[in-house]
Amino acid sequence: MLLVYVDENSPARIADHTAKGCDGLAERLMENGQYVSGGILHPTCTATSVQLRDGQRLVTDGPFAETREQLAGYLLVAAEDLDEAISIASQHPVAKIGTIEIRPVKEIPSLPLHLNESD
Amino acid sequence: MIRLLGDFDLAEEALQDAFAAALEQWPTQGVPANPRAWLVSVGRFKGIDVIRRRAKVDTSLSAIVDTLESTSERAFESADEVRDDDLRLIFTCCHPALSAEARVALTLREVCGLTTEEIARCLLVSPTTLAQRIVRAKQKIREARIPYVVPSTNELAERLEGVLQVVYLVFNEGYSATFGDSVTRADLSAEAIRLGRLLQQLLPKPEVTGLLALMLLQESRRAARSSPHGDLVLLENQDRTLWNQDLIKEGQQLVQSALLSRQFGPYTLQATIAAVHSEATVASETDWAQIISLYDVLLRIHPSPVIELNRAVAVAMADGPTQGLEIIDAILGRGELDQYYLAHSARADLCRRLGQRTEAKRSYERALELTQQEPERRFLRARINDLNE
Repeated sequence: MLLVYVDENSPARIADHTAKGCDGLAERLMENGQYVSGGILHPTCTATSVQLRDGQRLVTDGPFAETREQLAGYLLVAAEDLDEAISIASQHPVAKIGTIEIRPVKEIPSLPLHLNESD
Repeated sequence: MIRLLGDFDLAEEALQDAFAAALEQWPTQGVPANPRAWLVSVGRFKGIDVIRRRAKVDTSLSAIVDTLESTSERAFESADEVRDDDLRLIFTCCHPALSAEARVALTLREVCGLTTEEIARCLLVSPTTLAQRIVRAKQKIREARIPYVVPSTNELAERLEGVLQVVYLVFNEGYSATFGDSVTRADLSAEAIRLGRLLQQLLPKPEVTGLLALMLLQESRRAARSSPHGDLVLLENQDRTLWNQDLIKEGQQLVQSALLSRQFGPYTLQATIAAVHSEATVASETDWAQIISLYDVLLRIHPSPVIELNRAVAVAMADGPTQGLEIIDAILGRGELDQYYLAHSARADLCRRLGQRTEAKRSYERALELTQQEPERRFLRARINDLNE
């Protein structure tokens, strides 16, 4: 899982440019059979956080954490190993202005979204 | 074994099983013609056994057993294969996705074969902390799938730089940190040199050669660097007859061959500077002009205020303290190196040479505030006392 972080208030974050750049990457990944899914998120001013504590639901405005860069999108890819994932991340247009965090997805067979490399 | 089984811990467990089998069989059936190949082969089967046992619990693992069993056994004994395995291990342990601390610990554990206790003692951390660091690193290798490969050609330069960094970090842990038990620290430098030699055999790139040369040339001065009381002795005051001439000769030869490649980088240049120092039998014979021009080249390819500072000291030796002081004040004036004690102690030294006692004292005191290393602190205090007289 590539988590795309960028300062959403920075002028460099031109949504169109980023979206186009992503399209190019997504197409290349699809051709290579590495693309699973992906998406661009609306800015954190649209975020709502939900917590359940002692049966009480707590709904708050805003993101989970205030950070310098915000989660702006994600890209789920099928990569053989970390080096392959790093190579994909460094092709992401946001890598130039923000940060791409790579996290391995735990394989839980009972979940419908099951990444099976041998597929 | 790691390459065959794809898992650090599993490989360790399997190899232990293989050794246990060897202890049982070799005394009665004799030592096989190729003990290494025998161990790897037995280890592989033991590893598959372990996965098979686990597979009874987790069905997804049975696929791995099939794959492993179908992998035909290759000729393990070939020297190239061993060489490649060592390289893979180094690149895995020094992967940039691991923290610098984890890279150092893992390299010492897996490549150098030190025990957790030994590494903990060298790095001045508790064995528990160190063990945890290694466990976490291995967990990351496994779960984030850090590959056990030598990087592709277009990534090799970048990744090799990371490996050299780890090696030099290990060396400096043993060389510059003068507190703690100095004997075990020296072991760390020896370990780094061993790593440097191994890397030099496996991947003889100019910068690998340059780093090995740099370490050997620095190591050659170890005996002269501290007084019998453990006090710091500056380069210009060192008894140069204590320098290890064998290490110097080897270092100088390596510098030559790295320079000839014309593809050298910062390590080779630093080694060249060390080599120029090593050529002077007394401090006053040092070829400062050459050292300054080497620093100029180094600054062009690798701009850094610390290198500027070193260049300033060389300028002070060649052209006089005033010229050196000007450069240091310019660096400090930019707000850089303000927290770096060596910048202040170098400034203090030049002020002292110029007879500016108050300025010198002020800078020595600033330096004293910034360092925790006891020999350095003793040295600075002695200088302040001299100025108070």
